[in-house]
Amino acid sequence: MKITVSSTGLSALDRPRMPMIALVVFALALAVFFVFPDRLSLAAYIGIFALFALSLDLALGMAGIVTLGHAAFFGVGAYTAGWLALAGWQEPITGVVISGLCAAALAGALGPFILRLTGLPLVMVTLAVGVFLFEAANKLTWLTGGDDGLYGMTFSPVLGIFEWSIYGTTDYLYVLAWLALAFYGCHRLTTSNFGLALRGVRENRLRMSLLGSSVLAQLTLAYALSAFIAGVAGALLAQTSEFVGLEVLSVEKSIDVLVILVLGGVGHLYGALLGAPVYLLIKDMSKEWNPHAWMIIIGFMLVFVMLVARGGIHGVLHKVIERSRGKLPNGEPR
Amino acid sequence: MTDNLLEAIGLQKSFGALKVAQDVTLRLRPGERHALIGPNGAGKSTLLNCLVGKLIPDTGSVMFDGQSVLGRKPYEINQMGISRVFQTPEIFGDLSVQENMMIPCFAKRDGAFQMNALTAMSSQRDVIEKAEEMLVEMKLADKRHMHAASMSRGDKRRLEIAMCLSQDPRLLLLDEPTAGMARADTNNTIDLLKQIKDERDITIAIIEHDMHVVFSLAERITVLAQGTPLVEDTPDNIKGHPKVREAYLGESQDAA
Amino acid sequence: MEQFLASLAFIVLYGGTYGAVLFIISVGLVMTMGLMRVPNLAHGAFAALGGYLTILLMNQAGMHYFVAVPAAVILVAALGALAERAIYVRLYNIPELDQILLTVGIAFIFVGGLALTFGPNVFTIRLPEVLSGSVDLFGRSFPVYRVFLLAVGALIILGFWLVFDRTTLGAKLRAAVDNRSMAQATGINVERIVMLAFAAGTGLAALGGAIGAGLFPLEPLYPIKYLTIILIIVALSGFGNIKSSIVVAMVVGIADTAARYYLPELGGFAIYALVIAAVAMRPAGMFARQG
Repeated sequence: MKITVSSTGLSALDRPRMPMIALVVFALALAVFFVFPDRLSLAAYIGIFALFALSLDLALGMAGIVTLGHAAFFGVGAYTAGWLALAGWQEPITGVVISGLCAAALAGALGPFILRLTGLPLVMVTLAVGVFLFEAANKLTWLTGGDDGLYGMTFSPVLGIFEWSIYGTTDYLYVLAWLALAFYGCHRLTTSNFGLALRGVRENRLRMSLLGSSVLAQLTLAYALSAFIAGVAGALLAQTSEFVGLEVLSVEKSIDVLVILVLGGVGHLYGALLGAPVYLLIKDMSKEWNPHAWMIIIGFMLVFVMLVARGGIHGVLHKVIERSRGKLPNGEPR
Repeated sequence: MTDNLLEAIGLQKSFGALKVAQDVTLRLRPGERHALIGPNGAGKSTLLNCLVGKLIPDTGSVMFDGQSVLGRKPYEINQMGISRVFQTPEIFGDLSVQENMMIPCFAKRDGAFQMNALTAMSSQRDVIEKAEEMLVEMKLADKRHMHAASMSRGDKRRLEIAMCLSQDPRLLLLDEPTAGMARADTNNTIDLLKQIKDERDITIAIIEHDMHVVFSLAERITVLAQGTPLVEDTPDNIKGHPKVREAYLGESQDAA
Repeated sequence: MEQFLASLAFIVLYGGTYGAVLFIISVGLVMTMGLMRVPNLAHGAFAALGGYLTILLMNQAGMHYFVAVPAAVILVAALGALAERAIYVRLYNIPELDQILLTVGIAFIFVGGLALTFGPNVFTIRLPEVLSGSVDLFGRSFPVYRVFLLAVGALIILGFWLVFDRTTLGAKLRAAVDNRSMAQATGINVERIVMLAFAAGTGLAALGGAIGAGLFPLEPLYPIKYLTIILIIVALSGFGNIKSSIVVAMVVGIADTAARYYLPELGGFAIYALVIAAVAMRPAGMFARQG
C-alpha cells in the first residue's frame, strides 16, 4: 500500500523542534479570537475538525491505514461525552478523556482483526464497520435518541472557572487548547522511535516484520492512539454544541475528514491544521448560496490536488518557501 | 542436537492442486556459503518463504539451531537470527537512507515492539551511531540523506543487505541478489558477500540463477528440480553431476 | 398460514425489486472493479445522472418515459466511455488512496453540479400510466411498477448471460476480468474492452437510477447517499464476480425487506449485521486477497 505523503524531503532527525508553520497557525488561531469575536462558534467547529483530521493523519499519514470509517471513533467520543453529561458527570475535561479512551478501546478491539487487511479490503471493512455503528445508533433510540439525537445536556465550567457562553469564547479557547496539546503530542510521536517504526510499517510491512517488528501490534497501537484523538474531537463537539446527532457517525463525516486531510496534505500533521479551515470556510461561505454547491468547489480542488498539487496545501506551501530560499531539496520524495 | 545450523526436512507445500514443494530437504552447516539452484518453479522461493515464516508448509519440519521455526511469526523468526534479502529489494522507499538503516537497529535493540512513543529519535545516539557505522562500512554514507526509492538498484540491494547485517543475523538468506544487475554490479555484490562472510560469523544461503555467481561464492550447492531436491554436494562435484546437467545446466544453457 | 404466504410473497416481490435495482446499479462497479481495480466512488453519480437526465428529457424535450429512459442510458454510457478515456485511464496505476480521493472528488463535483442545476430538493419521475396501476398476485395487490422493475432486472441478467456465455466479446471480457495481463498477451484489445465495460457499467447504473427512482429518490446527494450500499454489494460479491453479485444483491434486497417487515425495530440495521458477520467470517472469500 502506497500513501502519497506531502514529504518535506527532510528526515525526522533534522527537524526535532516545533516547526514554524505550527507556530504561525496557532498564532493566527489566537488572532481569530480577537478579530472575529462573533464567529467563534464556527472557529471552534473548525478547530474540532482540525483535531479530527489530525487523528486521521496519525492513522493514515503515519501508519498507512487507509480508512473510510474514522467517524466511528469521532461518533463514539461524541456519544460518550453526551451520555456522561446526561448521567450527571458534567466535568468537561475528564469527560473528554473518558470519551477518548472509549474510542481508543473500540479501535484496540477492532485493530487486531481489520488491520491485517490492506488496500481495498481494508477500505471496505472500515467502511462497513462505520456504517454498522451508524445503523446501530439509528436503531438504538433509547440509547442515542435516534434521529432526534442527544440533547439537554449541560457541562460545568472548564477548570471550574470558565463559564460556557453563547458567544463561544470559552468553547473556542478550550478547543484550541486541546488542539495544541494533541498537536504537540503527535509531533513528539512522529519524531520518536515509534514514529519511525510507524513510517516503516507504512512503507513496507513485509520488510518491517522481517526485521523483527510486530507490525500488527504497532498498527493497533497507532490505530488506538488515533481513535483516542478522534474520540476527543467528538467529545469536544458534544460539549461545545451541547448536542449529539446521528451524523457524527455518518460515512459523510468519514469522507469529510479524509478530504480535509488530503486538501491540507497527508503525513506531516500541519495538513490537518491547514485543511480544516479551508474546507469548512468554503462550505460555510457558499452554504447560503446553495446547500450543496460548495461540493463542486471542493470536488475540483480535490481533483486538482490529486493531479497537479500533490501534497496538498502543505506541499505547495513547502515548495513556495523552499523556492523563495532558493533551494529545492535533492531527490525530494513525491 | 545436530551439527547443522538449519535443517529443513520433508517440506511439502501445495496451493490447491499445484504442488510447489515436494519433500524438500535443506541442511545448512554453520558458517558455510550455500547456494540453492534449480530451474524456475523448482520451489526455491517457496522454501525460503517457509524458512522466514511467510508461508507455512503443509508438512515437514524446520529446525534452526535446535529450535523449531514452524508456527512462529515472521518477526519472531527474525529475532532467532534469520534475515532475508529479496529478489526485488524490500526497503522503505519514502524514507531517507539513514532512516532505513535506523529501523533495523531499533528493532534489534528494543525487540518486537518499539513502544517508547515519547523518546525523541534524535536522542538515541547509540542507534544513530550504529546506523552510521553500517552506512560507512557498506559505502552508503554519502547517500545518507537520499530518498531510498531514488537510489540505483545496486545501491538499494546494498542498503537492504546492510539493514539485514546491522542486526547481526546468524543466517542470511538471499533470493537472487544479482537479478537484473549489470556485470560490474554483480561482481561488486559477489565481493561484498565474500567480505561479509570473511568478517563475520554468519551462514549464507543464496538462491541464484547466475552460475558465475554460484560458482564464485558457494561452498556447497543444493540442486532442486520440480519441487524436490536432486542432489547436495560441493561445486566441483555438482559441475560434473550428470543428473544436474540434465535437469538444470542444460536448461540454463538454452536460456543463455 | 395463508397470511404468512401472502407476507412471504410481499417480501419476495418487494425485496426482489429492491435487489434488482441494487444489482442494476452496482453490477457496473463490480465489473470495472474486477477489470481495473479502481474503487470508483463516483459510480453512484452516473446512476443519479441517469435519473436526472430522464427527467430533463421528459420535461424539456417532451419525450415519453419509455423513450427518455433508454436515451438517458445511452447518453450516460457515452459519457462513461468518454470519462474512462479522459480521466479513469489515469487512475489505473496510482495508489488506492489516490484513486479513492480522485473519484470522491468527481462525485463531489456531480453533487454540486446537480444541486446547482436542479436545486436541492427531491425530484420524482412521473411514471407512464401503464406502470402506475396495480395487479393482483398471490391474493395481494402489487404496483405494476414493482413487477416492471423485476422484469427489467431479469432481462438484464438474461442479457449478461447471453453476452458472457454466447459471444466472443463476452469471452474476451471474462478473460480480461480474470487475468488482465494474460488476456493482453493473447492479443485481446484490453483497453477497448475496459472502455466498453465501463460504458456498459455506467449505462446500467443510469438505468438503475432512472427506473429505480421510486425506490432511491433523486436528490443532489444521491451519489454519496447510496454509495455505501453499492460498495457493500461490490465487497460482498468479490471484485469482478458478476454471477455472485446477482445473488448478493437479491439476498441483500430480500433480507433487508424481510428484516424491516418482521423486525421493524431492527430494520436496516440487520443488513449491516449480516455484512459484518459475512466479512468477519470469510474475508478471504469475500475479497480478492487477504493481507
